[in-house]
Amino acid sequence: MGEVQADKDALDVTQAFKDSNIDEVLDTLDRELVGLQAVKTRIREIAAFLLVDRLRREVGLQAERPVLHMCFTGRPGTGKTTVAMRMATILHRLGYIRRDHLITATRDDLVGQYVGHTAPKTKEILKKAMGGVLFIDEAYYLYRPENERDYGQEAIEILLQVMENQREDLVVVLAGYKDRMDAFFSFNPGMRSRVAHHLDFPDFTIDELMQIAEMMVAKQQYHFDEAARETFRDYLKRRMALPEFGNARSVRNAIDRIKLRHANRVYGGGTVTKEDLARIDASDILKSRVFLEVPELDAVMEPTKGQALDRKE
Amino acid sequence: MRITQGTFSFLPDLSDEQIRKQVEYCLNNGWAVSVEFTDDPHPRNTYWEMWGPPMFDLKDPAAVMQEVNACRKAYPNHYIKVNALDSTRGWETIRLSFIVHRPKHEPGFRLARQEGEGRNIRYTLHSYATDRPEGERYSVDGAGPDRNR
Repeated sequence: MGEVQADKDALDVTQAFKDSNIDEVLDTLDRELVGLQAVKTRIREIAAFLLVDRLRREVGLQAERPVLHMCFTGRPGTGKTTVAMRMATILHRLGYIRRDHLITATRDDLVGQYVGHTAPKTKEILKKAMGGVLFIDEAYYLYRPENERDYGQEAIEILLQVMENQREDLVVVLAGYKDRMDAFFSFNPGMRSRVAHHLDFPDFTIDELMQIAEMMVAKQQYHFDEAARETFRDYLKRRMALPEFGNARSVRNAIDRIKLRHANRVYGGGTVTKEDLARIDASDILKSRVFLEVPELDAVMEPTKGQALDRKE
Repeated sequence: MRITQGTFSFLPDLSDEQIRKQVEYCLNNGWAVSVEFTDDPHPRNTYWEMWGPPMFDLKDPAAVMQEVNACRKAYPNHYIKVNALDSTRGWETIRLSFIVHRPKHEPGFRLARQEGEGRNIRYTLHSYATDRPEGERYSVDGAGPDRNR
């Protein structure tokens, strides 16, 4: 007690950190999101900054409300939406937004189809998102440079106004491909200056994708056997070579299809054990179209000859 | 004469913070909230003008406060009320309705007497403000609402 009295100006940062329950969110983020080290570091930095900002406010130091609007760039399936949802939780725990909620919007939700349609539409979405986070996916579609009478510009203006004037009511997160987002910002400098944090989400490596796959499979109470694990790695290598590879999203879809084939295999043969219902073996994976269409990579295993091959991707 | 009607009619006017809290209560109950205004506050005038349609799926009172303030700006000399609509029974029912803004000067009502059959007297209330045309009532200088202010 005496120490506290003697140094009553000192604030306990550790305690403040604990009180906000923020480490819990950051730990979940570490656990559930594979890779993305740069993004995680950046989020920890933002969280630390916001905590310190709040402490400054408590002792009466000058603390202007920090700009929290963000831009997440990266290819599909790199975890932008997931991180945005965690970000909402972090901001809520630290008291920067009043509700832990995230509204997702795209061009269709914001831009109208005729004169006078856009403003009410945009305002309605903004009102729904108030108090939380508004996540605008593929934000660059809002602006169409080839059409100067496009209503997207109107939506951007309303958005800018709210981003500037109602910073305590709403945090806007823009998301999309990096190059197109950069082009969007170059056409809308006002937007760039109002976005404080730019986070880039890199593509996953094959090891990270394998880790993601294992986590997804385990979550659904399946498991790969040793051969299946190798085959799946091979599958991923081939799939990554194909165009429109969607990172974690492609992994999820592949697992969904593997589950279908697994069910079909189990359905075919007499009695089954609990182990049979949970185990995914190599044959479930080998039936994929990918093994037919990407022959240049050396397959670890040959697809079983004469077997009907699944036409689905 | 200060006109009162609706849910908090026996209380003094609510502050913005109190309005925000009431709206938050409505939203937590899952009610839709709407803003309405009029310059004919006769107790039997149930149909006030709508300031936009009722707002559904809101999560935070900030959005309602934004609309209330926009309405105040456009109609500084009108009455403005906030309604909460509950749809749990399959139709929208008013659960809460209170005045959030009033003109600076309220001239009040006069009792009008009408001679009926025999020696019957019919009584009715007449608002002094409604002697002027719609839109000019309550304004100090007689000018209408300034939407561009």
